[in-house]
Amino acid sequence: MRGRRLQTLAVAASLAIASIITLLPFVWLACGSLKSNAIFFESLLLPRGDGLLGIDWRALTLDNYVRLFADLQFGRSLVLSVFYASLTSVLATASCAMGGYALARLPFRGSRPVTIAVLAAVLIPPPLLLAPGYQLLYHLNLLDTLSGMVLPALAPAFGVFLFRQAALSSVPRELLESARVDGSGELRTFLVVGLPLLRPMIGTFTVITFLGVWNNFITPQVVLQDPTKYPVSVAVASLRGIYYQDYGLQMAGVATAIVPLLIMFTLAQKDLVAGLTAGAVKG
Amino acid sequence: MNISRRFAPWILLAPFLATFAVFFVYPVFQSLLLACRQTFGNTASAWVGLDNFSRLAVDPMFWKAVANTFVFTLGSVFIQLPLALLLAILLQSPGIRGRGFYRLALFSPAMVGIPFSATMFAVIFEKRTGVLNQVLHRVVGFDLDYSWLQEHVMWALIVAALWMYTGFNMVFFSAALQNVRRDVAEAAIIDGAGPWNRFLHVTLPAIRPVAGFVVLLSVIGSFQLFELPWLMLNSTAGPDNRGLTVVMYLYQVGFETGNLGHASAVGWVLTVILAALAAVQRWSARGEEMGT
Repeated sequence: MRGRRLQTLAVAASLAIASIITLLPFVWLACGSLKSNAIFFESLLLPRGDGLLGIDWRALTLDNYVRLFADLQFGRSLVLSVFYASLTSVLATASCAMGGYALARLPFRGSRPVTIAVLAAVLIPPPLLLAPGYQLLYHLNLLDTLSGMVLPALAPAFGVFLFRQAALSSVPRELLESARVDGSGELRTFLVVGLPLLRPMIGTFTVITFLGVWNNFITPQVVLQDPTKYPVSVAVASLRGIYYQDYGLQMAGVATAIVPLLIMFTLAQKDLVAGLTAGAVKG
Repeated sequence: MNISRRFAPWILLAPFLATFAVFFVYPVFQSLLLACRQTFGNTASAWVGLDNFSRLAVDPMFWKAVANTFVFTLGSVFIQLPLALLLAILLQSPGIRGRGFYRLALFSPAMVGIPFSATMFAVIFEKRTGVLNQVLHRVVGFDLDYSWLQEHVMWALIVAALWMYTGFNMVFFSAALQNVRRDVAEAAIIDGAGPWNRFLHVTLPAIRPVAGFVVLLSVIGSFQLFELPWLMLNSTAGPDNRGLTVVMYLYQVGFETGNLGHASAVGWVLTVILAALAAVQRWSARGEEMGT
């Protein structure tokens, strides 16, 4: 039994070390964002001094955050990111839930070809669409517009596929059949019977899409030209200078941009992880 | 069959099909034509046939991009995935307290998008002053002047990706480990099988279908590496193109040189490679049942 306990202890220690290494960059980031550029590299985490815990608390400053919001209009980028990400995730989830449900549970001619097209589309890597997608937006006059940001993101084949799988496994045919016998129309049956049963996937997919848009750099970089329309991903990247680096400012920008993500993750992590792995394991 | 039943599927599919047709199917086919043209700016272009493809074959920059991407992919598959599997196994061993916390901590970097982690790693990897070299120097006497972002770009990317995606992949392996049958594992212990043999003959066969899928996802993701090196190297391919990847090459020829045709050709080469890899994976996993 002693060997067993020793083994458990070793396992726990390795997990703890791995977790600390993983969390350390977050701590370092938070500390760095509170330091001025002049003392940024003088200490690994917080500046040493004769204050409480041997730390020079007076050397810390919120100046980086003040400059982000007062001088660099970071607030606007944050609001824009929330806006782009919410709009896209709500609309994409709605269109994928409707489409996936129809493919899984409504018999109709065309169900098979559409399903095959969706499966084939999952195989296409997004970078292929960069050049023709840009050209299309140019011809439609959608470059540098909100529609240009949102519309192309509303048709993720992957989403329709996920909702199709979810409907196959969690919307029983018999339930739909009895709703029909009771005289409910197809659209009503979808809203009243199908949609509530798809709730777990709706939550997961909304979060996945929100994260995807928030964290996307290349789409706004290619689509948008006016810096006042930039979301936070592009705004953070543009804090880097060519000749002069303001490290404290960059770290404050990163910290501000990821706090909403980490809060969201802590709230939704169970559903998110369950949804992600369900897609993979049953895929 | 009444009218509602007849049209309901199409009504439900309409929003998806409309955007899918315009913003996915059309550009995919358009890119086939585009790959045979050279574009100058937004409006002018000329037919060049398969020249874009033959230019790729002889462009040393493109081959450099392929080689770099390949190195990164190897790092992901052979360093990151084994570590992820190991952590998943440790996480499910009996008697561990705080499992939820460890899982949360290890998975959390997956939330942080590439633009943000790249900005952070650009500072972490600086030589001499960067926190990574500082810590490694103090702990194991590592060379303070090891220049991650100048000489050893691919290693920097592999290490950064280790932080970003190990926990993400661990979660998939954790789900797969639920497929290991407890009675078989216990029978193996009674039969006196050591941990290594139990891993090889009990755990590995049980998780194979999911593991194959995770490897495929990881390879597909690695082949599309672009923003991480691009932003870590300050919107360049790095000294001597040491951080150049296939998709970065696509972006540079398409949006910096301004030849969308050339970029489309690169896109199709990438698509064909990834489709072939997916086909190989499906073929090697034939007959295996996915999931529980």
